[in-house]
Amino acid sequence: MISAENLVKRYGGFAAVDGISFEVAAGESFGLLGPNGAGKSTTMRMIGGVTQRTSGRLTIMGLDPERQGPEVRAHLGVVPQQDNLDEELRVRDNLIVYGRYFGLPLAYLRQRADELLAFAQLEEKAAAKVDSLSGGMKRRLTIARSLVNEPRILLLDEPTTGLDPQARHILWDRLFRLKEQGVTLVVTTHYMDEAEQLCDRIIVVDKGRIMAEGSPAALIREHSSREVLEVRFGAERNAAVVRRLEDVGERIEALPDRLLVYTDDGERSLERIRASGLHPLTSLVRRASLEDVFLRLTGRSLVD
Amino acid sequence: MTEVGAGRLRAHGPEVSAARARRWGSFYFAEHQLRSMRAYLLTIVVTSVGNPLLYLFSMGIGLAAIVDRRVVGGFDGVGYLAYSAPALLVSSAVMTCAIEMMFPVMDGFKWRRIYYGPHVTPLAPRQLAAGHIMAVGARLAVQSAAFFLIMLAFGAAPAGSAWLLVPLGVATGMAFGAPVMAYAARLEKENFQFSLIQRFVVMPLFLFSGTFYPLETMPAAMQWIGWVSPLWHGNQLGRAVSYGLAEPPWLVAVHIAYLALLGAVGIAWAGRNYTRRLGA
Amino acid sequence: MSAPPDDAGILAADTRPFSAVYARNARAVIWRGFRVIRSQNWIVLVSGFFEPVFYLLSMGVGLGSLVGEVEGPGGTPISYAAYIAPALLAVSAMNGAIYDSTWNVYFKMHFGKLYQGMLYTSLGPLDIAMGEIFMALFRGLLYAVGFTGVMGIMGLITTPWALLLVPASVMVAFGFASFGMAVTSYMKTFQQMDLITFVMLPIFLFSATFYPLSVYPEPIQWVVQAFPLWHGVELMRQISIGAFTPATWIHVGYYAAMILVGVAFTTRRLRSLFLR
Ligand SMILES: Nc1ncnc2c1ncn2[C@@H]1O[C@H](COP(=O)(O)OP(=O)(O)O)[C@@H](O)[C@H]1O
Ligand SMILES: [Mg+2]
Repeated sequence: MISAENLVKRYGGFAAVDGISFEVAAGESFGLLGPNGAGKSTTMRMIGGVTQRTSGRLTIMGLDPERQGPEVRAHLGVVPQQDNLDEELRVRDNLIVYGRYFGLPLAYLRQRADELLAFAQLEEKAAAKVDSLSGGMKRRLTIARSLVNEPRILLLDEPTTGLDPQARHILWDRLFRLKEQGVTLVVTTHYMDEAEQLCDRIIVVDKGRIMAEGSPAALIREHSSREVLEVRFGAERNAAVVRRLEDVGERIEALPDRLLVYTDDGERSLERIRASGLHPLTSLVRRASLEDVFLRLTGRSLVD
Repeated sequence: MTEVGAGRLRAHGPEVSAARARRWGSFYFAEHQLRSMRAYLLTIVVTSVGNPLLYLFSMGIGLAAIVDRRVVGGFDGVGYLAYSAPALLVSSAVMTCAIEMMFPVMDGFKWRRIYYGPHVTPLAPRQLAAGHIMAVGARLAVQSAAFFLIMLAFGAAPAGSAWLLVPLGVATGMAFGAPVMAYAARLEKENFQFSLIQRFVVMPLFLFSGTFYPLETMPAAMQWIGWVSPLWHGNQLGRAVSYGLAEPPWLVAVHIAYLALLGAVGIAWAGRNYTRRLGA
Repeated sequence: MSAPPDDAGILAADTRPFSAVYARNARAVIWRGFRVIRSQNWIVLVSGFFEPVFYLLSMGVGLGSLVGEVEGPGGTPISYAAYIAPALLAVSAMNGAIYDSTWNVYFKMHFGKLYQGMLYTSLGPLDIAMGEIFMALFRGLLYAVGFTGVMGIMGLITTPWALLLVPASVMVAFGFASFGMAVTSYMKTFQQMDLITFVMLPIFLFSATFYPLSVYPEPIQWVVQAFPLWHGVELMRQISIGAFTPATWIHVGYYAAMILVGVAFTTRRLRSLFLR
């Protein structure tokens, strides 16, 4: 469905996207995971043909978004990072007017608008003004709006950033349903749980480059141990303790506030630390996540 | 974290902070506002110099070519340039003040929520209002001073007392701007109210307050606009100080009292609205 | 899930010129414009009509009562109100068109994010530009009809030619709107947008709206005559009393050229304006 080869986008001398290549197959759910400023949104904008790329090859269903922008976008549904609803129109009119931009007939749009309001659980708000909606409602309306043309490909740029946990789960549920219907999803996120929930395959992006690629499980397997033991000795002592823990796990990562011990059995590693006469202030054993993959690949945390 | 050196300065204690804020808080916030005006410094300088030049050339000289030929003896016995110039100075102060009291206030409460930063420091809401007024006043003073100097260069301010136009510009601006500020502080949302104020209040006041010709020229049924308009009172005072327009003393007293009253009421009301809105 | 109907043929592959920026669907943008007008507070729409009327009352009636008659086009003496009224219509057409094609576009681009939403549909930037210019001209048309009506009520209209004030006003608006959008494509900050105001104020004040060009020394007259508004003012003044001269064609030609160049310019700048 989407094929990108060596995509580059420069702003002045600065390369926001610096040679990214990937393929997305039909029905697949594909993720771009990376910290703020990695170049995820820029990549999404290039796919939609609303930003001109500096170089590289990019086709969507065989079409070039720069030369055949209207045709490409006719296949896409786009949920931008920041909601850009039409504040001058009411909720239902937002859906209808947006559909007109695809040249869709009114009779179809009236019916579709009602379906989408139900899908987004916004039926009661149909006649409300956009700025009276909560953040979660606006996000759902933006997603509903992106579906007005029944797109085969849905681009979602940080769909749940800034939402509370309950609103996030409602959204994820809606996205699962679309996935079941065979819609191709392209999702950017800096939340590893979101990537793990939604994506079959992800690329990890940092500073405009791809750091790794694979399914979430495979990436964790490849770049991390099964479990992680987090221990804190207090800000002053963490660094000093690192050397004494060297053989406790496979690898140790020292963060300013805590130490991460990568190991296949967290409880056993913790016992060994205690046995060596060290007593952490707090300790926690958890499953490894994409956060650890990212830390491994870049030496930095995903969410700063 | 970096190591603390021997010569490191320390913050004074909370009691000192509170006492200073109580005393100087308005000035601290005025400083903040003036600093943020720096982003518009170029705009401010160019309008302060450009507008008087443009208006004096086009109205004071261009329009004068028609008026001075037709109106025998001129208005108040002076040329049209001298007649209109002080009113143009006062008008431009009022227009600037109106804008500075609408959009930045909304910015403070709603758009970028500037006021909510200082609000959690020892400053009181009333001091935010006062600080904003002071900063705008400073801008009006600079703008009026530039206008006055350019009037001098045009020979359009013959009387020795004409420099009083500078404080007069600030005062008339505030007589209109402070109530506007109080109103803006009550608005939950800007639904074109500001452009309606511009179009239905500021613009008519500019056109119907004896700026371009004496108020008596208008039909009697419209002259009330001048009487309620701070702009007319400011215009007349401006003419008195600029070329010695002879107004009866009681009328001068009315002009001054009206401007003072509007300004004082506006400032008090604004302080109250700020306090309410920021919920202190 | 069935594919949505595609009556307009939007999804069909396309090899027309401009197909990368234009989907032949400006009417959807216009349709949105009318939806907004319908749900908008009517006073906001109507308020734009009052500014030239206030000017006409203040300067035409107030100052006019002192000034008396002045020399109109072709040397006919006319009242001061009749002298400035058509000029005020030209000024208001300019101001409305400039506002709609600069500040309005800038806000919708950078704050409302309206265009970002539109651009992610199968619309191209040219559809948006055409739709928005159409809406600007539509508003201009409403105001021109209203103002010409006011002139009629005030007894300032003496010839059927004056009906042409309405299309002429739309033409003036088109000239400015087509340029305004191209200029906005260069603007990145508020401060730069303020430049537009600096340029417009002298164009207005020196347009010979309130007094004849002859009050200026000759070199300044040449400068004023180079600016577009003066041509609009002169043209409207001639139309208002039906006194045409060969210069009429120069004024009309000036706007025709301005529209052509402006539209070409805006089309060239579309990518810089919308696809940053
Ligand atoms: N219009 C622009 N002009 C200049 N720099 C930009 C622009 N858009 C994005 N950037 C820069 O490109 C980088 C990548 O941005 P973005 O794609 O938004 O990252 P992400 O979505 O991964 O957080 C950032 O450093 C950002 O500052
Ligand atoms: Mg982003």
